[in-house]
Amino acid sequence: MSDKQQKATAYWKENVRYLFMLLIIWFVVSYGAGILFKDALDTFQIGGFKLGFWFAQQGSIYVFVVLIFVYVRLMNKLDKKYGYNE
Amino acid sequence: MTVQTWTYILVGITFTLYIGIAIWSRAGSTKEFYVAGGGVSPLANGMATAADWMSAASFISMAGIIAFAGYDGSVYLMGWTGGYVLLALLLAPYLRKFGKFTVPDFIGDRYYSKTARIVAVICALIVSFTYVAGQMRGVGLVFSRFLEVDIDTGVIIGMIIVLFYAVLGGMKGITYTQVAQYCVLIFAFMVPAIFISIQMTGNPIPQLGMGSTLNDGSGVYLLDKLDGLSTELGFTEYTNGSKSMTDVFMITLALMVGTAGLPHVIVRFFTVKRVKDARKSAGWALLLIAILYTTAPAVSVFARTNLIDTVSNQEYSKMPEWFKTWEKTKLISFDDKNGDGRIQYVADATKNELTVDRDIMVLANPEIAKLPAWVIALVAAGALAAALSTAAGLLLVISSSVSHDLIKKVFNPNISDKGELMAARLSAVVAVVIAGYFGINPPGFVAAVVALAFGLAAASFFPAIVLGIFYKKMNKEGAIAGMVIGISLMLFYMLKFKFGIFDGGKTIVASLQKDWWFGISPEGFGSVAMLVNFAVSILIMQFTPAPPKNVQEIVEDIRIPSGAGEAVDH
Repeated sequence: MSDKQQKATAYWKENVRYLFMLLIIWFVVSYGAGILFKDALDTFQIGGFKLGFWFAQQGSIYVFVVLIFVYVRLMNKLDKKYGYNE
Repeated sequence: MTVQTWTYILVGITFTLYIGIAIWSRAGSTKEFYVAGGGVSPLANGMATAADWMSAASFISMAGIIAFAGYDGSVYLMGWTGGYVLLALLLAPYLRKFGKFTVPDFIGDRYYSKTARIVAVICALIVSFTYVAGQMRGVGLVFSRFLEVDIDTGVIIGMIIVLFYAVLGGMKGITYTQVAQYCVLIFAFMVPAIFISIQMTGNPIPQLGMGSTLNDGSGVYLLDKLDGLSTELGFTEYTNGSKSMTDVFMITLALMVGTAGLPHVIVRFFTVKRVKDARKSAGWALLLIAILYTTAPAVSVFARTNLIDTVSNQEYSKMPEWFKTWEKTKLISFDDKNGDGRIQYVADATKNELTVDRDIMVLANPEIAKLPAWVIALVAAGALAAALSTAAGLLLVISSSVSHDLIKKVFNPNISDKGELMAARLSAVVAVVIAGYFGINPPGFVAAVVALAFGLAAASFFPAIVLGIFYKKMNKEGAIAGMVIGISLMLFYMLKFKFGIFDGGKTIVASLQKDWWFGISPEGFGSVAMLVNFAVSILIMQFTPAPPKNVQEIVEDIRIPSGAGEAVDH
């Protein structure tokens, strides 16, 4: 395998690892907190919100926005590390 | 000034603005027509994507649906935002690097097959037409209520406006018009929400107001009050749903994956300069969408509480002005079953005397809360911006599918750039006319069909694109089989359980509910069809030849972000 190809493979591996990490969080806040564990979380309350209901109608959306911007940052750094930035 | 005068003024100003932008940014080449020349900034693209995405359904219907569905409405909130995470992480950067004009372009080249391209074109056309008909209807609804013109005239006015800037400007015109439309629609959505939040809770931020205590000094939380009122009238508690957990899970998944697979959203990421801009503009898009999507559930809570407070057990003769105006449109109606002159609004259908169309909640909300006339007019202008921006984006997908994917790539590869541009404009005209026809004569199932559009996108495009990027060995046989079986299965399930065509028509659909596979509703079935698509693709791939070397090289190339260049047509 050439150097260039090795670099590309390593870059791709790191990229996929980031995707897994971020998608696990994506799954946990929406399907986990907002649906599967909603009833358990509803026993906690912040202000007027039951926690599970809050995740389903507010919290998950905030986390989604943060996730994409974290992804942008991680990938920009990764691009630089491998010299793919432009 | 009256609401109507204000509406004429605001709608007039915004329409002039859109047309002005369209003339200023008209397209001169196919590249400008399809991808706005490929030099749109990430923030501008984010705004355009947000306006493109937020349709009449998001602006007018969603808060109303949630107001009546409570927790069950969360499927739309999570589904229609969570899809952007998938889009940003799994699709947008790679499709941008690939650098073509349309989604069928990617499918056709990646799977080295005309058949794959044609299957993708057909899926794109089905998805986009079903969606656009709903938008035209939204335009008609707003016109008929606020400008008191006939609903059909409203649709025709909307058609002319869209026709003007979509045909003239192409993607370039649409992009900059959508930037303006985003500003109009978000302002129009936020102003009444903030007013009402202050009125009811004293908190100017609706997202927080929703979880605050009432402004009346009682110290009761708004949501607790609404839960109490709902139970009292026999409805399910607002913060608890009545759908099964499996179904909520599956619908959310289908909407998320469907969002990521919608061609008019994906194509927006072809318009930016570099791969990193595509990532960033997905972030901007979701942030700008989230402003509306986190406000909407607050609006729902305010509207539902206000509605119950205003009408429940009150005398019909003392109903405020807005009640009478909406009664005229037949979107709200009162039937005094027990003859006591009071409105009984309860869950029990035999005793309930009030029917409220959920679509009017956002439009009527400022009136219910007694806000000034200009705010009410602003909502009308915002709803029009939402409907028109989405309609324009969809029409562009339809016209580029026909002129680029069919005429240029399949029937007449030698067509000149000028000829292709002409074909694109002509197909946009035809598409507007067809969409307008459906707007005026809506097939009774528009709302149902919009849900179908997501299921179809989830069952067809999403697996083919994801596998195309993440699975180098995926070949044409696998992808085509997956798409065909996925979309057919979805169509079958919808026709059987949503339209009842195999068992005796729409009237018996409710009785088929017990036969739902695994208890999954047709709205959520897109998730299952998507999984089947993935499974079929991978299975078929095992027994068929691997993709040619040059295709595997394309896959390796799109995984590397540098050297994206501009979107080119080769």
